[in-house]
Amino acid sequence: MKQFTYERAASTESAVAEGRGAGTKFIAGGTNLLDLMKLQIETPDKLVDITRLPLGEITARDEGGVSIGALVPNSDLAADPRIIADYEVLSRALLAGASGQLRNKATTGGNLLQRTRCYYFYDTAMPCNKREPGTGCAAIGGVNRILAVLGTSEKCIATHPSDMAVAMRALDATVVTQKADGDRRRIAIGDFYRLPGDTPEIETVLEPGELITAVELPAPVEGARHLYRKVRDRASYAFALVSVAGVVTMDGNTVKTAALAFGGLGPMPWRDPAVEAAIVGKAATTANFEAAADALLADAKGFGTNDFKIPLARRTLIASLRELTGA
Amino acid sequence: MQWTINGRTYEADVDVRTSLLDLAREHLGLTGSKKGCDHGQCGACTMLVNGRRVNSCLSLAVMHEDDEITTIEGLGQVGNLHPMQDAFVRHDGYQCGYCTPGQICSAVGMLDEVAKGWPSHVSADLTSADLNDDEISERMSGNLCRCAAYPNIVDAIREVAGIDNRQPVLATAKEIGA
Repeated sequence: MKQFTYERAASTESAVAEGRGAGTKFIAGGTNLLDLMKLQIETPDKLVDITRLPLGEITARDEGGVSIGALVPNSDLAADPRIIADYEVLSRALLAGASGQLRNKATTGGNLLQRTRCYYFYDTAMPCNKREPGTGCAAIGGVNRILAVLGTSEKCIATHPSDMAVAMRALDATVVTQKADGDRRRIAIGDFYRLPGDTPEIETVLEPGELITAVELPAPVEGARHLYRKVRDRASYAFALVSVAGVVTMDGNTVKTAALAFGGLGPMPWRDPAVEAAIVGKAATTANFEAAADALLADAKGFGTNDFKIPLARRTLIASLRELTGA
Repeated sequence: MQWTINGRTYEADVDVRTSLLDLAREHLGLTGSKKGCDHGQCGACTMLVNGRRVNSCLSLAVMHEDDEITTIEGLGQVGNLHPMQDAFVRHDGYQCGYCTPGQICSAVGMLDEVAKGWPSHVSADLTSADLNDDEISERMSGNLCRCAAYPNIVDAIREVAGIDNRQPVLATAKEIGA
């Protein structure tokens, strides 16, 4: 691990002031950052410890919904009675990820900012445009079993590894931040992540020193069925090959509303309005579910060893829709 | 810097890069916690921080100055074993023993999570956390045992949890026609 200086922030204001310098990182749970620092994939000059900040509460919002403090651990969020009752897909997604020890430490804000588990990002002996811009992508043409089939570029085919973020995307979460100049902003999760394009090293719209302080969820969808279906190489403690987060309401056999987000397929938790449009207002039939899968995968592109994800995503989506609609 | 580990205050001057695991093992002589992967994948380093199980390899010592830390040495000692240690011995819940301190700390933390009503990935109903063998396996998946002592580890945990719902895993020789 490269040497760094350590500061413990006493307030959000001092954290963002400390955090604005180049080479500075915030640390909370540290479960991903320290792993990457040991491998010298992340080499910050300074760490700002934000664990003493008062960002660890889940509170009801006046306008409905909840505000989840950025420091709420994944375990506590998954077990919170309000989350279980109103946002079951979020509890299910959290419980499908990592291990008990990691969930106890990993935070809500940090989970959103997890780095990819691409083998080549992790191997400093190999080229990687995300880790070292301009060096090339060894995953294209390499072993890419776990990597993306949607939203890729010629520079990068990494996947975002989070389960939690997929549920957050289906729930229309809003990321609340504080910027280095003290300004606060609210970013819809659909606008929070960036596609790799020519700059795969830039993964979100966060500015230097900008700190996630909370994630807000809108009022729950009345009468909705929730599902998080995760397909992976082993039954526990593994990243998703494909996952589906779904929140669906029915009117008889007709799909009234649907929110569907996908993990394991793209560089960000994936959501495509065309998928939902293929089933909303229509009968819950296999033909309509297949149309939804067609919409999801119209632009899907495999890179060899991950080709299997395209039919796997189709089958996983259709099975998820059957479960969500009772069809 | 100063830490509270197993109810005792320790002081040491360590590099800011030092993990909680390395602090215990290399600076304080608490070598019960083990370093397996050093990346949070194996669970051998599991400690209890303010009663919660965590991977001590993925945490900086400097971030834990205000915390109550418990390592395997604090759970019990020879002649005064913690019930989980005692159950692991009697059920032969290990072979080489390297993962055992982490398994035991993790199991103690896990049963506390069950007592708080926390659900798991395999809980059909997220509002009830009844323990069974599938639940134990899922909740302990962050602790690997390369000797594969898993059946006996589950036996030990089941006994401490006070549940008797053993599911037969292996058919008898007679049943399989051997």
